[in-house]
Amino acid sequence: MSGPLFDLTVAIARIAVFFAFCFGLVVVMTWVERKGAAYIQDRRGPNRADILGVRAWGLFHPLADALKFLFKEDFIPDNAHRLFYQLAPMFSLAPAILGIAIIPFGPDVTVLGRKVALQIADLNVGILYLFAVSGMTVYGVVLAGWASGSKYPLLGGLRSSAQMLSYEVSMGLSLMGIFMVFESVRMSQIVTGQGGLLFGVLPKWGVFVQPLGFILFLVAQYAEANRTPFDLPEGESELVAGYHTEYGSFKFSMFMMAEYLHMVVGAAVVATLFFGGWQFPYLADAGFLFPGGAAVTLPPAAVFLLRIGAFVAKVLFFAWLYVWVRWTIPRFRYDQVMRLGWKVMLPLALLNIFATGLIMLLLKK
Amino acid sequence: MEPVLFILFGAIAVCGAIMVVTRKHPMASALYLILTLFAVAALFVLRQAHFLAAVQVIVYAGAVVVLFVFVIMLINVPENRMPVERVTTVRFLGVIAAGLFILESAVLARRFSMPKGPAAEVGTVEAVGRALFTDYLLAFEVTSVLLLSAVIGAIALAKKKI
Repeated sequence: MSGPLFDLTVAIARIAVFFAFCFGLVVVMTWVERKGAAYIQDRRGPNRADILGVRAWGLFHPLADALKFLFKEDFIPDNAHRLFYQLAPMFSLAPAILGIAIIPFGPDVTVLGRKVALQIADLNVGILYLFAVSGMTVYGVVLAGWASGSKYPLLGGLRSSAQMLSYEVSMGLSLMGIFMVFESVRMSQIVTGQGGLLFGVLPKWGVFVQPLGFILFLVAQYAEANRTPFDLPEGESELVAGYHTEYGSFKFSMFMMAEYLHMVVGAAVVATLFFGGWQFPYLADAGFLFPGGAAVTLPPAAVFLLRIGAFVAKVLFFAWLYVWVRWTIPRFRYDQVMRLGWKVMLPLALLNIFATGLIMLLLKK
Repeated sequence: MEPVLFILFGAIAVCGAIMVVTRKHPMASALYLILTLFAVAALFVLRQAHFLAAVQVIVYAGAVVVLFVFVIMLINVPENRMPVERVTTVRFLGVIAAGLFILESAVLARRFSMPKGPAAEVGTVEAVGRALFTDYLLAFEVTSVLLLSAVIGAIALAKKKI
């Protein structure tokens, strides 16, 4: 294949595969969420949907959901601003989809004698792109709240805009330490940087180099994704369903898809920045290389599969963590969310930057 | 490919900006402003100014316009009570001045040749960071103090009791 044609094919293939992976995971996560909630609350969870008598542990429920959403009446409330009301779900889903673009799913592979990166776009601004894109999420929520022409959604929209702006600050600052240690904002370079060893024993993963940064980033991400304990924009006990109270049928499901896609992309970002991305502990290009000096040689294909498997396992774990946290920790009060964001997270993030800089300076001497 | 993209995003930016001014509903104006900001960010990317493009979207589209939207939401003027805009002498003169300005820019753009080809690597994260913390360190630090005083001033003005 000629150059441009090859590039185009690779680009389209990458987008198709990663898109399918993320959306597939979204479908699975809706099932995991309900099953997880059920088992945490000592129930059985969804198990009735069946196809020709096969129930498959309720795995057909996402399918039933999709069909239900498709065939429901697509109504617009009388009080709504029609255009903005219809735009809001798109504003919500689009940023979540765009986030997929910078996630490195695996190491470079050689196809037809050419190097192909398993990442849709390895941008120079790297993670800053994700901040830019996820900053757009707030419009979906705010627009939905305002355009519904109803009071509960408006309150939900207001809450979320204040919350998202507040936590965006600590989210950005909590990653500064990672940028300093790995000397890059490029996702691919941060992953390669995590391939080494710390003190000759620990893998040099972000979480071991930046433990405080990891906790701050994880908390900020939960707040950005509007997940419990930060789900005030849709607090059921106070606001019915918050900003999407007035939405039904497929528009509602677009809000849901956006939320789950945020979880999947968020999990992938945490895995990439703090848990080595596709790096497998002690696995070098030629095979395992343990700290004691023991080595196991593996064929390149096995190494590749191990690395992809490592990435998928990490993403699944962090996606599950969202579910676990949601059904374990109760919702914060609004003033508590604001106090945590500005008076705890922000100073700690600044302290983390200062401490990281100081340690790096001392180590250099 | 680059000239095509330039014309495309330039057209989107200009059309978006015109819509910002002419739309009657403030929320529509705000959304068109986001579109314009995105198009300008795309133009920055075409000139290899990646960092500027990202910051443009993060700061302007992601924070400043959110505050606009916030205000529009809170004031929430019903559509039948929107102020009616009239053509006044000042506005008429404003349009003429804008036309003259565009003409002037066109003349200037023809006189001074613009740099051609791909821009040098000055807009990447590394290059901008290095420039900010070496050549422009003083200006950078002074700006940060200025912003800090603005923040303190805003709090002092907004809060009656501190």
